[in-house]
Parts: sequence; structure tokens; C-alpha cells
Amino acid sequence: MLADIGYVTVIAAFAVAVYAVAVSIYGNWKNDWRWVESARNASIAILGLVVLACVLLVTALLQGDFSIDYVWRVSSREMPTYLKVTALWGGQAGSLLFWNMILAVFTATAMAHKWHNEHERYLLPHALAVATVTQVFFLGLTAFVENPFTQLAFTPADGNGLNPLLRHPGMIIHPPMLYLGFTGLTIPYAFAMAALITGKLDEGWIRITRRWTLAGWLFLSLGLILGGRWAYDVLGWGGYWDWDPVENASLMPWLAGTAFLHSVMIQEKRNMFKMWNMFLIILTYCLMIYGTFIVRSGVISSVHSFAQSAVGPLFFGFISLMFVFSAYWLIRRRDELASENRLDSLLSREAAFLFNNFVILAILGATFWGTNLPIVSELVTGEKITVGSPFYEQVNGPLFAVLLLLMGVAPLTMWYRTSTQRLGIMMRWPALAALVFVAILFFLGIGTWGSLLGLWIVTFAAIITLLEFWRGTAARMRSKNEPVWVAYANLLARNRRRYGGYWIHVGVIVMAFGIIGTEFFQQEIQINLNRGESVELGDYRMTFNGVRQYAGPDDLIITEASADLYHNERYVRTLYPRTEFYTRSGQPMSIPAARSTIGEDFYVLLILWEQTSSASAVFRIYLNPLINWVWAGGFIFVLGTMIAAWPDPVDNTVAAASVRRRRPSLAAGD
Amino acid sequence: MEIHGEEKGRFLFNLSANLRAILRESPRHFLKLLILPLALLWVSGQAHAQQPVGAVTDNEVNEVARDIYCPVCENVPLDVCPTQACADWRTIIRQQLAEGQTKEEIIDYFAVRYGEQIRSAPPRYGIFWFFWLIPVLGVGLAAIFFGRYVWQLQKRPSTSKPPGVTAVAKEDYLAQVEKELGKK
Amino acid sequence: MSEITHQEKVIDGQRSTTRWDAILIWGGVLALLAILGWGLLQTFNSPPTDVAPGFEMRFYDGYHWDEKAVAHLDDMQGQIVVLNFWASWCVECRLEADLLEQAWRDYRDRGVVFVGIAYVDTEQHANQYLEEFGITFPNAPDLRTAISRQYKITGVPETFFIDRDGRIVRHIIGPVQPAVLTSLLDSMLAN
Repeated sequence: MLADIGYVTVIAAFAVAVYAVAVSIYGNWKNDWRWVESARNASIAILGLVVLACVLLVTALLQGDFSIDYVWRVSSREMPTYLKVTALWGGQAGSLLFWNMILAVFTATAMAHKWHNEHERYLLPHALAVATVTQVFFLGLTAFVENPFTQLAFTPADGNGLNPLLRHPGMIIHPPMLYLGFTGLTIPYAFAMAALITGKLDEGWIRITRRWTLAGWLFLSLGLILGGRWAYDVLGWGGYWDWDPVENASLMPWLAGTAFLHSVMIQEKRNMFKMWNMFLIILTYCLMIYGTFIVRSGVISSVHSFAQSAVGPLFFGFISLMFVFSAYWLIRRRDELASENRLDSLLSREAAFLFNNFVILAILGATFWGTNLPIVSELVTGEKITVGSPFYEQVNGPLFAVLLLLMGVAPLTMWYRTSTQRLGIMMRWPALAALVFVAILFFLGIGTWGSLLGLWIVTFAAIITLLEFWRGTAARMRSKNEPVWVAYANLLARNRRRYGGYWIHVGVIVMAFGIIGTEFFQQEIQINLNRGESVELGDYRMTFNGVRQYAGPDDLIITEASADLYHNERYVRTLYPRTEFYTRSGQPMSIPAARSTIGEDFYVLLILWEQTSSASAVFRIYLNPLINWVWAGGFIFVLGTMIAAWPDPVDNTVAAASVRRRRPSLAAGD
Repeated sequence: MEIHGEEKGRFLFNLSANLRAILRESPRHFLKLLILPLALLWVSGQAHAQQPVGAVTDNEVNEVARDIYCPVCENVPLDVCPTQACADWRTIIRQQLAEGQTKEEIIDYFAVRYGEQIRSAPPRYGIFWFFWLIPVLGVGLAAIFFGRYVWQLQKRPSTSKPPGVTAVAKEDYLAQVEKELGKK
Repeated sequence: MSEITHQEKVIDGQRSTTRWDAILIWGGVLALLAILGWGLLQTFNSPPTDVAPGFEMRFYDGYHWDEKAVAHLDDMQGQIVVLNFWASWCVECRLEADLLEQAWRDYRDRGVVFVGIAYVDTEQHANQYLEEFGITFPNAPDLRTAISRQYKITGVPETFFIDRDGRIVRHIIGPVQPAVLTSLLDSMLAN
């Protein structure tokens, strides 16, 4: 009963979406706003239907209705309630439905925007159509190819249960974050295409979608960071990122989004580089759908080999359509997009942003190349190859270093031009201080040339960015006579974008420290210990006490080792690395135990394929310096984004004023 | 590539090495794990309690295994792969290290038998060199074109006036900041 | 970007006809779609069903065919070939090992060749496996996974039955059943 309603609901949502697209295009063509209004209402209807479908599916999951194929696949009787809810995105069909819901929420919300401006209203039908076309595709997949409400011929007594690896907090929140990010970025794309099609190429579309861009980008960043954290905590290989095609699929839109976020600042400030901005947001969206394509179609071998279904070819059709559609309009409008202004100086902030675009695109290009290389190789040489971390580290490493350097220097640049003299003065002391720091490390015998160079760059960037806060605060203290903290608070409050942005940079710098620490200074040891034996790594000593086995919740058998940790011969704590075995699915996992400090992690794993008994066990131990800077940096990063995104009443008045000012110079196409 | 009858994973999420290997578990390893509870009853020591002096350590094996990818599983290096097949290959690495082979030689040995896909990065001979060269050349060429583009942008006649930026000294910079803080 | 071509147009005073930026973008898009499309097609490729792809075999010591250490599938034309993919780490393969060896002994004088291809295996373990089951028919390693990729196998064991003209008559996934094996060979011999 429930399944039937759900099944029909999804199909109905698809039908309404098709209607919405048709009607918004028609209404725009006939210049009849009523049709466009109808389309807008339809987007709300879609929202209602898809939410209903999700609610129904979650209900089925909670009730344990195993007659539904999807419920059987991802749920089971003894799963805790919260897992039954999160099983909504635990499998292909459910995750697609969930994606659709988020997209529907965003589309309806974005289109409900109040259109103050006659001028901007022209964008609505096209933006609605483009966003809804995306919705049509994903709803089509959900309705006709991967319908989560498909029923089995019989009702099994119990379900399979959620994959054990998905039963951890990190994994619960990581996919939703990614979906929020991807769908959030669809909105600016829709408006960008609307701007291209209507020819309203000024920064109206950017202004409308700025918060969407920031929010989407934030969620994507969160998704990436959480994914890394989850990998580190649960997957037990001592790392957090390994350039797997699926990881790259999320990273690449993020890179393009980062370039876009920066680049639009030039357009807003000086009305330049419109072509870049269009190109970048289109690139972000295209990379996003390309990413979901390679993940779900199995074209590039990764963990996710989906069984051959119609998903692959349908996806291919969709991305072909969107690539061609985007390319066509971008090229058609390129003359109008050409900017009138010029670059006054190579040392200006505009130039810095341009260089930023370039370096990010270089990283993006290299990553894209590496991700697709297995296909290219098979096509050209007939041999399959693997493109693993060593490739990306060698190719992207230097590029990231340049990017960080740029990030450090950029705050010192000014719009229009910066005098070389001034720039030199501002850079001098930070560069020297960083050099002193690195020289100390060098003389202490710490680090290789590569890591020392990286550390110099990151320290340099850190000093400059922190100085920016100081200068701003000092200026306020002087001019407004405010005490330090008040001055600082006001500085942030009055200039959220700038100083929020600087906080984001601080976050990146802190993460960079962490990444350099773990990449260059990690130590690893694998050893078989008998009970009572110890192993030493760094300043630590670990003694193996023994093993116990017990049953856990669900159908879990846990084999837990106990080991005492000593730092400089003083007892710190006892660590309990364990292996978990879900008897039903027969999948074993090794869950590490770690002792975390600011300086490093002492991270212990039981080796899955070796015997673990009270007499002897095989451990792998990692000493990960500065790893927690990665997570701390991520946290700062998120805070910074929230500061930058906080609504500012000043924004709207300035925006309205700038629109009034710019009206006479509207681009052709009216 | 797997034993028949095993379901392929169908998940979207960002999974890593262990999951890949685990999803590709062979039935033989499944049986081995069922024996784990029994293993606890063992009183006598394991076969490999102590490693004799001069024997190849796990670390040395991992050093090589890290850069060899499992021929069967998707994107899993041999140092984290839990399957029986991978254990066999690690044994081979151990034997070869004991015989004095270098890491390069061992990797080449695997490549001849199982294909270039076992290398952790594209090989660096023959046509494969291009796979490395192209991104490097690509970035280089792009840099050149970008440089030209930026240069030409800079040479265009000026159409807008900068807002009186002549500040050089630190104090003037602060004045600038204050001005910018005053307006938005 | 378009700024350059725009600039050139203004300075030269004449309209430039080659729009490099457009060519670049379209070229990129089409090339990418072509590569992805080809990749997608690859995932749909099903195992060969007609002409058996030819390949070279370098037999394990003691498991040569016709006294030859190296042979090509074409050399076996005129005989019926039972091509069996297996691995020492494959549990299901063990279920058919005895059967295959027995059938080899029964049919070898009637113009049937059994060839075992060890998929992603190590010499040592492969030889141990062969000895364990007393296998005597020719066996070769799947060097560089070339043969298994040609035959697009999705796992082990898989067996291909190739007739005298080099055509694939049957493709069995999973362990071979005794009744199926004998009836199939008999009918192939009768033709």
C-alpha cells in the first residue's frame, strides 16, 4: 500500500517537473507571465511530492517493510532507529531520491525569491527551466530506473542491513553534505545560464545567487573534510585522502567553485572578467554532473562498480546534453561577455585573482587528466593502468604550493595597482620570519627540502594573514578609540566578507600545516607482538596486554586488543584497537584506536588478515604529526565561511545602488 | 573480478581502500574469520611468534607493497588489502626481498605477470611517458598563453581611474583601510 | 579567453575569422564526450560469443601442450578446445578440478584439448594447486591479464567451449556440471 503510493508519487513528481520545464519555456516564449507563475508553483508541488516520497520511504524503513526491495537491501530488524533513518541514503535508489528532495527544496526556495527588479525577472523562467531540467533527469532516474519503491515478489523475514562501513557517524553525515553542496551549486549555474540566454550579463545573477554559491561551496567543503575524517577514523589505512576517482569527483567541482567564488569578486568590484565567471560556474556544474556520472556508471574503476544498468547511458545522455547546451550559450555570448576594463598592473588584486584562477585550473586540469587516464590509457595502449597517489602528489604538489603562496600574498595586493615598493615592504618581514623558522628546523635536522619549502610558504602566508587582522584591528582602535576586542569584533562584523575570507584562509593554512606534517613526517611500523611485548615509535612505547572478544549490537562480533601507551616512559592511557565482524554480511573491519594531541596522533590498527589472539597480535602503528591541525583547520574554515556568508544589511542597499548605477550600460540582448 | 555469486557494491559514497578490499572478500577468507573465536582458545604460541634476525620485516614488505596495487580488487594497495590473494602476493614480495631483489625489480616482476595496472602510478617508459608529460607540458603551455593574455590585458589603454592610490608608507595603508572600513 | 580575440579584432581593425576560443571549447567538450562514451561502451562489452579471440600461452613447466612450451590458440585449430579459467585462491574452482582432469583423460584421444588458464595467480600456488588435483592437461598463466581481458571474464571459474573452427559454442560461468560437460563434448564431437 505504502509502496504503491510512494511509487506513484515519484512518477507524479517527474510528470510535474516535465510540466514545469515545458510551461516555463512556453510562458517565456509567449511572454505570458501566468505560465511562468504556474511553473513556479509547480516547483513547490514537486517539492511536496518528493518530500512525501521521502517520508514514505523512511516510514517503510522504520517499520521494516521488507516487501520493498530497497528496504530489504539496506535495513534489518536489529538496526538501531537512527540507522534506519539514515539508510534513506544508504543505497543507490534511496540516495537518488534523497538527492531529488534536496534539489527540489533548493529550486523551490530559490525561485520563491522576491523579484524587486523588473530587470531580474527576465532571468526567472530560464533559471527555473534549467534547474528543473536537472530535476527532471534525476527524477526520471528515480521514477523509472531506480525506483526505491519497487517491491519484491515475496516478503522476506528480515533485511540485509546497512553496509557495516556506513554505520558510523562520519558516514551518516558525509553524503548529505556532499549532496547539499552539489545541488546548492546547481542554483548559481541555473541563473548563470539564464543570464546567458537572456543576455542580461551584468552581475545581477551573481548577486542573486551569491549566498547559494557560498552555501553550496561550504557544504561541499564540509563533505570533503568529513569524508576525510571518516576515512581516517574508520577505514583503517592511516590516511584521509588518496586521490581515488570518487574522491576526485567531489574535489574537482569544489576546485572550480573555489575559483568561481574568488573570481566573482572582480566582477562585483570592477565589472571585469565576466567571461571567466560564466566559464567557471558552468565548469563547476559540469564537473559536478560528470562526477556523479563516473561514480554511478562504473566507467572509471573504483570501489563503486555498479551493475550495468540503464543509469550509465542515461547519465551519459544527460551530461552530453548539458555540456553542449552550456558550451553553445557560452560561445554565443562571448563577445558580449568581453570586458571593457583592463588590467592596470600585474601586481593588482585583479591580477592576483586571475593568477589564482589559473593555478586552480591547472590543479583541476591535472586532477581531471589523472582521473580519466585509465580510460585514455586503455583506449590508446590497450593496457589498463592505475593512477594512484604518487601521480597526484608529484603533479599537484608543486601547484598547491604555488597556490598557497599566492594565497599568502594576495591580501597585500590592492585593487587597480599595488606599488612594488609597498608590496616588497609588506612581504619582507613575514618572509624573513618564516625563513628563520624554517632555518631552525633545518639546523635541527628536521625535514626534507620539499617539506621545508612547503613550511616556509605556509608560515609566510600565516604571518601575513594574521597581520591583516592586526592591521585592521589597529586601525579601528586608533580611529574609533575602541579596545582591542571590541575593535576586532566590529572589524569582523562590518567586513564579513573580507575577514570571513581571511579566516577561511587561516583555516586553509592550518590544514596545510597538518597536511605537510602527515605527508612528509609520518612514521609507520608493523609488528607482531606477543602478550607483554612492546614496540617503540618516536617517543612512544606501546605494550600489548591481550585480547578479548564480545558480541556487539546488531550482529556484531568484536575482537578487541588492549595495549598500554607510554610517552617518554610515562603511562598515558590504554588503547583498544578492534576488529568488527558483522556475521550477516561477513564483512570484517579494522577500527583503529588513536591517542590525539596537538602535535600528533599515535594511531594503532589491528591487521585484519593476521591472527589476533591473546597470545599474539599484529599491529600497524602510525605516528601522524600535526594530523589534528587538518581537522582544526577544517573547523576554522567552516567558521570563516559562516562569517563571510552572514547576511549583511549593508549588502542590499549597496547592491540596489550599484544596479541603478549600472542600468544604462546593460549588455545587448534586451 | 570476483568469485561468482557475489553482489557488487552499489554505493555512492566516498569509500576507501579497506572497503574496496572488504567488498571483494573471497569466501575462503570468510571461513577463516569464522575460526577467529576458536583462535582465542589457542594456548600455544603462533607460528610466527618471533622474527629471526635477518628475516624480512613486515615494514620492508609494506614498503614495497604500498606501491603495488591488487590485480583483482579495485584500487587497493597490497599493504592494506585483506584478501587471501593479496596475502599470497605479499608472501611473494617477502620471498623476493629475502632473495635480495630491489623494490623496482619486484614491481617489474608483478607488472610482467599481472599487467601495468598493478603500478601505483603510470609507468615511466615508452608511450606511458606521455601520460606524465602531457599534464606538465599542458600546464607549461597554459602558463605561457596565460602570461600572454595577462600581458595584453595590461597593455590596453586605461578606461577607468583608480581611486587615488598613491599610498606607499604603512600609515597611508592604514588610512586606506580606515577609508574602506568607513564605506563598504 | 575572448578578451584576447576581442582585443585583436579592435587593434587590427579587421574581423578575425578563426575563433580559437570557440574551437577550443567545442573540441574539448566533444573529445571528452567521445572518451567517456567509449569508456561507457567498454563497461557494456559482453564476453565474445562467436570467434574465439586468439592468444599466446606460455605453459607452466610440466604442463606443456604437445611438447611445446609456447603455443598459440590457432595452433589448436582442428581440435575442440575447452578453455578453463581458474585460480588457486578460488574456492569454487576446486569443485570442478577433478571433473576437468577426468574428462581430459577420457576425451584427449578423441581430439579434445583442455587448457587451463591461471588467472592472477602466483607460479608457486598455481603449481601447488595443479599438483594437489593431479592435473595433467596443459596450463598457462594469464600473463598481464591479457587473456582474461580478451574473454571479458567477470570472475573465476569460467569455461569456454571452442569448436574445431575456432568458434565459441558455449560459455559456462561457475563450476562445470558433469552431465553438462559430457553431453556438450559429445555433441561437439558429433558435429
